Amino acid sequence: MHELALCEAIADVVKSHADGQHVDVVRVRIGALRQVVPESLSFCWSMVRDFADMPEAELELESVTAAVQCRSCGHDSEITSQWSLLCPRCDSADVAVLRGNEFLVTSLDVSDREPQQTQKE
Amino acid sequence: MGRFHRHDDGTVHDHDHGDHDHDHGDHDHDHGDHSGYRTGSQRVDVLEAIFAENDARAGANREAFESNGVRALNLMSSPGSGKTTILSATLDELGGDVAVGVIEGDIATDLDATKLAGRGAQISLLNTGNGFGGECHLDAPMVTRALRGLELPGLDLVVIENVGNLVCPAEFDVGEHAKAMVYSVTEGDDKPLKYPVMFRAVDVVLLNKIDLVPYLDVDVENYVTRVREVNPTATILPVSARTGAGMDAWFDWLRRFAAGAPTD
Ligand SMILES: Nc1nc2c(ncn2[C@@H]2O[C@H](COP(=O)(O)OP(=O)(O)O)[C@@H](O)[C@H]2O)c(=O)[nH]1
Ligand SMILES: [Mg+2]
Ligand SMILES: [Zn+2]
Ligand SMILES: [Zn+2]
Repeated sequence: MHELALCEAIADVVKSHADGQHVDVVRVRIGALRQVVPESLSFCWSMVRDFADMPEAELELESVTAAVQCRSCGHDSEITSQWSLLCPRCDSADVAVLRGNEFLVTSLDVSDREPQQTQKE
Repeated sequence: MGRFHRHDDGTVHDHDHGDHDHDHGDHDHDHGDHSGYRTGSQRVDVLEAIFAENDARAGANREAFESNGVRALNLMSSPGSGKTTILSATLDELGGDVAVGVIEGDIATDLDATKLAGRGAQISLLNTGNGFGGECHLDAPMVTRALRGLELPGLDLVVIENVGNLVCPAEFDVGEHAKAMVYSVTEGDDKPLKYPVMFRAVDVVLLNKIDLVPYLDVDVENYVTRVREVNPTATILPVSARTGAGMDAWFDWLRRFAAGAPTD
């Protein structure tokens, strides 16, 4: 829904870590509860990277399946259904989220070539 | 255009490497070769949350509220659920004893602000339409900007009317102390299952438009059950902003919240 804004935020994080070097790859980890549509994020990235002076930076997405710990039955389970956040074993909503809220830039690949826009002859 | 990079005070943003835990130590810089050819890729570990800047700004907003003794409520719903209608009735009721500020984010026009004007509250309009992502949620920097339109020292409570949307507003901390949601009985009782992230995030649900129950094939108890299924702890208040039914319970909740007292 707001994948364009998310890509701008990703580009900001990348810039602060790339130290002006050429960015080849950006790796992003996204939990299932982040409600991000991967195709839409990739599409927006292909636009945002040009404005962010990293036109060759490839976005690699790593998705994390949501997992909950149920306070009713005590079990940890992965959530496979797209909608529900209920405990898959006993249907309780009284769960703590163990995984699925991740949304971070994990790493970059950079190389010594300068970004094109800042190159001066 | 960047929601995370707006600089209302005209300053140029500079990432402060001092307050992150950035590790730049493993770079092996060789700036000698500027031939334009890649001389070998190397990996830089980052592990930085993409919402880190938003969350830092939200923290600053929260501090601004707290240093002025103000409590802030983030009010969310799908479009047309009744946020503005509930808010105008609320301003009329609380006007005398609770000093309220409103940040009006759900606007394509100034229609909502016009409805809320003249009810004794300070109102700060946010034009959310002028940027990418701005149509679908409020973020912390936008609220920072809106705060300049309010005199916080004179207020007890700030209500932030978010953009009508059940998906992304829940993802962005704007510095509030609690999240409220308006869910009207015209929307269908499947919404908690379809938008569990939003429904789980809220502290209070106003089940609105119960005056329409006789005309719809619905039952309030069923709506309450559906909300409970994804959020066992939220306060659920069936109301009609139109007739005023149930609204006293909401006013009580909000008075306790504004006073910083327990709400459940
Ligand atoms: N019947 C009925 N209509 C309502 C109620 N609350 C709001 N409305 C109507 O619903 C429409 C949308 O309300 P509004 O407050 O603008 O929703 P918002 O988009 O969430 O701010 C308006 O026509 C309101 O008059 C209610 O309790 N009962
Ligand atoms: Mg409105
Ligand atoms: Zn269980
Ligand atoms: Zn959004």
